[in-house]
Amino acid sequence: MTRSLFDKVWQRHIVCEESKERPAVLYIDLHLIHEVTSPQAFDMLKSRGLAVRRPERTLATIDHSTPTRKNPDGSRPYVSAQAENQVNTLLANTKAHGIETHGWDSPGRGIVHVMGPELGATRPGMTIVCGDSHTATHGAFGALAFGIGTTQVAHVLATQCILMRKPKSMRVHVQGKLQAGVSAKDVILAIIAKIGVGGGTGHVLEYTGACFDAMTMAQRMTVCNMSIEAGARAGLIAPDETTIAYLRGRKHAPADFSSAARDWLSLGSDKNCSYDKEVTLRAADIRPMVSYGTHPGMSMPIDGVIPKGEPEALSYMNLQAGSPIAGTKIDTVFIGSCTNSRAEDFRIVAKILKGRRISSHVKAVFVPGSEQVKKQIEAEGLDKIFIAAGAQWREPGCSLCIAMNGDTGQPGELILSTSNRNFAGRQGPGVRTILASPATAAASAIRGVVTDARTFEQADRP
Amino acid sequence: MSIQTITSKTVVLATANIDTDQIIPARFLTTTSREGLGVNLFYDWRHNKDGAPNDHVLNTNQARDSQILVAGENFGCGSSREHAPWALHDYGFRAVISSEIADIFHANALKNGVLPIVINKHAHNWLLAHPGAEVKIDLTRCEVSLPGNGGVSRFNIDPFSRHCLMAGKDELGYLQDQAQAITDFETKSET
Repeated sequence: MTRSLFDKVWQRHIVCEESKERPAVLYIDLHLIHEVTSPQAFDMLKSRGLAVRRPERTLATIDHSTPTRKNPDGSRPYVSAQAENQVNTLLANTKAHGIETHGWDSPGRGIVHVMGPELGATRPGMTIVCGDSHTATHGAFGALAFGIGTTQVAHVLATQCILMRKPKSMRVHVQGKLQAGVSAKDVILAIIAKIGVGGGTGHVLEYTGACFDAMTMAQRMTVCNMSIEAGARAGLIAPDETTIAYLRGRKHAPADFSSAARDWLSLGSDKNCSYDKEVTLRAADIRPMVSYGTHPGMSMPIDGVIPKGEPEALSYMNLQAGSPIAGTKIDTVFIGSCTNSRAEDFRIVAKILKGRRISSHVKAVFVPGSEQVKKQIEAEGLDKIFIAAGAQWREPGCSLCIAMNGDTGQPGELILSTSNRNFAGRQGPGVRTILASPATAAASAIRGVVTDARTFEQADRP
Repeated sequence: MSIQTITSKTVVLATANIDTDQIIPARFLTTTSREGLGVNLFYDWRHNKDGAPNDHVLNTNQARDSQILVAGENFGCGSSREHAPWALHDYGFRAVISSEIADIFHANALKNGVLPIVINKHAHNWLLAHPGAEVKIDLTRCEVSLPGNGGVSRFNIDPFSRHCLMAGKDELGYLQDQAQAITDFETKSET
């Protein structure tokens, strides 16, 4: 019987088979934790007198409630005593249970979905969970990775397992090659716009086709990251030589790397395996995309006109159906988040910003995804380009993507953001969000209005 | 806490794709507790810009007495925050009815005494059109009874979750009982 990548990874982790009466008991290889969704789980353990079953299969960071600035004296300006307490609670819990933790003093600290792959902790064929819906990111490595709630965080801490019925499968096939100036972010926004914000509910996605084969790991992570924005808990891409090259030599890479790599290459979906649903797009049809409404399914080509049919969302966004979205005045540009805060993303931004100034009315906040990204970008001198252009170069963290650490917009403000969610109030009460790629964000920062980076380059390049 | 039946007047939030950032905005997630989140439920919908409570339905006594929320399709999309069902439960809701409920929210709700009930479009439309209707949810029969001409609708719920909810048990106990199978799996896969 032919099996998909998802079938193979699922099957390898069954502790107890699923039946009509019972979900499967599924073994979890890697449990990522952060400060927001874990304290109540540690409390559940404590109240039952339970230990962490496999601390060495658990990896912790602090990212959501962490300030992205430092005070002149080196202290951290937390948004509240409660936020500081939450961070300290994570550090205390992981210390008490012997869990590898990337806290303030670690050069490996980062947004949980940037950090895991960087450390080589994310590997093909694994099951990976985290109390965070963007855990789907790790699917870029051919891992089955998905978000769970805090009760299940407690389940995994205590038993290294979760109870789950096998989701359905959906293949998202993008054939052919992308046009110049079209990025991974544009691909995933086009996919979500096509299948809808709930189109993947109950399904695990597998992204197939030449479009993804040609992508770097950072680009694949951008795609898989937003699987949840189509309602799918997980989205996978089969491991290949690109995957192997990325993982070689990383901190947590397996000792017998070449035999592991051979195994990883065997995980790809069998030819003619079946999926419960299939959708196909042509890469050549995809243009740079931006969101115009209040969920990522409301996304459109940047050179198009704003569609009708979502009056409530357009009223919130203060945008007019039938008008072009390009040229809309923006107040802030945020480059960061687990979707687009890797070194590759900032290199694209630096290329566009080099020798130019960000529009005087635009506040630009650039937040690297990890200490490693920050170090790398600074080693390349790109932070100097950002600062010379007028941007703020911050400490790593989730920052304005979830706006719970004090980095927040003002009511009515329009933020062009490389993050993953444009829900009403996501970046602060009354704040309006347009999702876009790093290239679109950089070009728009310079012009002060939503700008197609392709036309920008044609017009402004010497 | 065991659940068999829930009978209550409904509160209707007809908007489709209500995400977890609406249910409880992220700025309220710095807590380390799961208690007392009901005051932050739909906070930005229930308050004016100056922070004063507005005339939103969730600020009425009728809503505070209700145990059943009827919501537009694809309720609970977005983040994995369990604070969403914690806030709904703390406010007083014991069930959410929609025509489609997002996966992670659905799983979280089942573990926190908030029944996520997905019913057919016809019954869903009836409920959306009749806010305040007195509805009975019978978990033993997997049925939602609507008053008057509304009729009776079946719903599907995972048999294991249903068993846990009706018996007032939680899943961690069951997982702990699988300790030997887990150890055997680890021995086999790690050698």
